[in-house]
Amino acid sequence: MNRRYELVYVVSPEATDDQVTELHTQVESIVQRLNGTLEKTENWGRRRLAYEIGRHKEGTYVLEVILGGGELMKEIDRRLKVSDLIIRHLIVRVDEEQGVVERMRARRTETSRRRRVARGLPADRQPGEGQRGEPDDDRDDRFDMGAEDMR
Amino acid sequence: MNGRKHSGGGRGKPAAGAQGKDGQRRPMFRRRKVCKFCSDKIDDINYKDVKLLMPFVPERAKILPRRISGTCALHQRKLRTALMRARQLALIPYTAE
Repeated sequence: MNRRYELVYVVSPEATDDQVTELHTQVESIVQRLNGTLEKTENWGRRRLAYEIGRHKEGTYVLEVILGGGELMKEIDRRLKVSDLIIRHLIVRVDEEQGVVERMRARRTETSRRRRVARGLPADRQPGEGQRGEPDDDRDDRFDMGAEDMR
Repeated sequence: MNGRKHSGGGRGKPAAGAQGKDGQRRPMFRRRKVCKFCSDKIDDINYKDVKLLMPFVPERAKILPRRISGTCALHQRKLRTALMRARQLALIPYTAE
């Protein structure tokens, strides 16, 4: 049974880079031991927390995308709960939602292509056609900003 | 209802004639609200995308209600789960202090 899970954990700001990578290898080893696969890892770096968690105001965010069964995630969850360095974590199952999103997207492009063909246009949008896109949205949101500046 | 009761010649209203009878409300032009996610064709409302979520978190950090944002029911529901997940990870505040 292969499901896709997303795991995000927040490591305490006191942890060194080595400790962060060690936590990652720990997760990796559990995944391998229980016949899962680690699909993707992303380190978001140090960000400001929106609220204090046990006196911490910052944290290092790490995202892992894991393929595996429920037992595996249970084990990871248990381990993360015990760990002192991890101040917060979240596991979300994403495969079903991703499927829905993909289906919706596919249906949308399919109908748009069909309509364009019916209007005698090439199926795909040509460059420079359609509404002019708004300039890229660079307004910085309150919580993003701090993290970006602090680096 | 209408605070102003005096007839014509109200202060600072040069175009009084266009206003019609006294006591009549000026027709309010309210832009029709549309769901941001429907119009922008955003299928995936993800809790990791703080930039996308922040406009729906006003200053008090409550979730912006549908009647104000104009989000459709389906997307408001998805937005809510995304916001609540983001809150757990301290990407978004629960309350403003």
